[in-house]
Amino acid sequence: MSSTFTRRELIKTGIGGIAVLAIAGCARSNGPASGAYNDPGYSYAVLSPNDRAAFAAIGTAMLDGALPSAPAAHAAAVVQVVRGVDVAIAGLTPAPQAELQQLLGLLSFGLTRGFAAGIWSSWDDASTADVAKFLESWRFSSVMLLQTGYQALHALVMASWYGNSESWARIGYPGPPSLQR
Amino acid sequence: MIPDPIVAGLKKGWDVRDCSKLDRDLRLEADVVIVGTGAGGGTAAEIFTRAGLKVVMVESGALLSSSDFHMLEREAYPQMYQESANRQTKDKAITILQGRTVGGSTTVNWTSSFRTPETTLAYWRERFGLADYTEKALAPWFRMMEERLNVAPWGEPPNENNAVLARGAAKLGIPTGIVPRNVKGCWNLGYCGLGCPTNAKQSMLVTTIPFALERGATLLTHCRAERFTLSGDSVNGLQCEALDARGLRNTPYSVTIVAKAYVAAGGAINTPALLLRSVVPNPHLRLGVRTFLHPVALSAATMPNAVNGFAGAPQTVYSDHFLQVQAVDGPIGYKLEVPPIYPLIYGTITQGFGQKQAQLLADLPNKEVMIALMRDGFNDESEGGKVQLAHDHSPVLDYPITPFVWDGLRRSLLTMAQIQFAAGATAVMPIHESAWPYTSWSEAQAQIAALPMQPLLMRVVSAHVMGGCGMGDDERRSVVDGTGRYHQLDNLYVFDGSAFPTSIGANPQLSIYGMVARNANRLASTLTGKTFQPPLS
Repeated sequence: MSSTFTRRELIKTGIGGIAVLAIAGCARSNGPASGAYNDPGYSYAVLSPNDRAAFAAIGTAMLDGALPSAPAAHAAAVVQVVRGVDVAIAGLTPAPQAELQQLLGLLSFGLTRGFAAGIWSSWDDASTADVAKFLESWRFSSVMLLQTGYQALHALVMASWYGNSESWARIGYPGPPSLQR
Repeated sequence: MIPDPIVAGLKKGWDVRDCSKLDRDLRLEADVVIVGTGAGGGTAAEIFTRAGLKVVMVESGALLSSSDFHMLEREAYPQMYQESANRQTKDKAITILQGRTVGGSTTVNWTSSFRTPETTLAYWRERFGLADYTEKALAPWFRMMEERLNVAPWGEPPNENNAVLARGAAKLGIPTGIVPRNVKGCWNLGYCGLGCPTNAKQSMLVTTIPFALERGATLLTHCRAERFTLSGDSVNGLQCEALDARGLRNTPYSVTIVAKAYVAAGGAINTPALLLRSVVPNPHLRLGVRTFLHPVALSAATMPNAVNGFAGAPQTVYSDHFLQVQAVDGPIGYKLEVPPIYPLIYGTITQGFGQKQAQLLADLPNKEVMIALMRDGFNDESEGGKVQLAHDHSPVLDYPITPFVWDGLRRSLLTMAQIQFAAGATAVMPIHESAWPYTSWSEAQAQIAALPMQPLLMRVVSAHVMGGCGMGDDERRSVVDGTGRYHQLDNLYVFDGSAFPTSIGANPQLSIYGMVARNANRLASTLTGKTFQPPLS
């Protein structure tokens, strides 16, 4: 009990949060590349291989029930989600982009990911249930840094998927009308 | 084939320079330089060029026009909105929709065009000494701009999304009105927020800016105003950075513009930030404070029949009832309206994730969404936010939501749920992390009363940024005078929504047009020695 309590209190003070971000910032480039999420031949503007694995796992959990269920179609949709997130982050001005890079650093590095998100395995080995548990804990966290982190991830994933015409049939959106130009 | 007036104008040789293509520094001279091309900058550009003045317009966004407008959110948000439509307050509790393209927010707004309410003007006269801000004195300027931009109450039946507001309110005895819109030959498509693909919307992009360019004005795009340079009590130059083709990062090149008069019209947040970067005199520390947002609460209803909230003129019915039931400086009042429902923005604001959220989004055509806009700035408990500069000198708005504002947000959730149920909703869900679809008015009443009104749990958005360079006759309590002139400098003017001393209590575009029409004509008279009156009708 005491170790959980201490960790929570540490992060609550905010000092822990900043320390975690600092470690993540240093460690970012040293993280091992993840193998399972694979999108060869596509040139990502900002997401590192680790970041892509993170968004594949987060996207799969966040869009559970929204993505196509057939395995091949599901995998293709996840690729679309991750690519969309990459485009969205690349389109931000330097200040918000730097903030997101900090968040991604935190989620890439095993130790900080474990402490902050409770995901001790690699993203590829994390189950959808584990990822959902992490997202739910951040969503209602009393630590503002984590709560805003959840909202940033939510905004990126939802914008990526629901901005994509492939998501529209399920929700009944017919798309824009065609104009005789 | 829909004619594109911008493409045609460029072919004719308008002086439009995309600064992302510069290969050296640029220096220009003019009578007036205008920073920003939205409601304020566009209106001023037309008035100055009509007066025969040489105008340079500076815009950090791109020049996009009807041929580029494909009614797709994934294109429009990154291309035409500040921070890809995800500009946020400092604590990230409020997301702000604000334009960043030629025409500013007028290119992407939903066309609602209300005159400044008399209640608001009376408050300005009483509290800020703005004696000539009367309905009567402003009427000719509003009339001039309404005629210029074809403003008229929407003549077609409202779409179902708006009809729900009219119907539910009528059942409860709450009066509603029809929204005046600045459109000409509107196709009733519903995609105003992503750039009008038919040029029906009479935004600055297709009206005043072409007028100015046709008469020799210069437009610089991808050009970010960095700071005014000062000499004594005057501005003697404007320093700008040329941006890359995506408008994100500086290129090595800068642009210097020297003029007789300098007009800041980059919109609230950006205008105070530009002045802060310029280190203009700020003896009473009023610069950037009292920035208002009309903080918005959202309520999503499920209707038994298709609503198709993405189709048809997006905002055509409103109610001012809850602005009028209490004194203007009493508990915060709110205006009720309806937004368009597009999939990206709806997916983003809808709470939760996974199976539960997938369910909430499953029947988009049956969703009806209502919004309540808080009239902030009329009470000591509602002082708005403060614009500051981040380390990289980009603007940050610190807007703490006070208990006074939370109270209004909660009351508005109750109001909207009651109206939606009265109109036949089978379920109503406040946009709040802890809310779910309530299936009866009594359940909604109990649950909304218990919802924690906290940042990041309660979703708060804004599409109207005002203040930060507030007008007033007393420089200890204001930044500019009633003519828009900066109190401590003799040739710097603020001609945009940042000059408002409070929020407006209505969608602000026509308030900006009217105020700027008068003030730009005054400045044109000063610069030319001639008198300009609004055309009488």
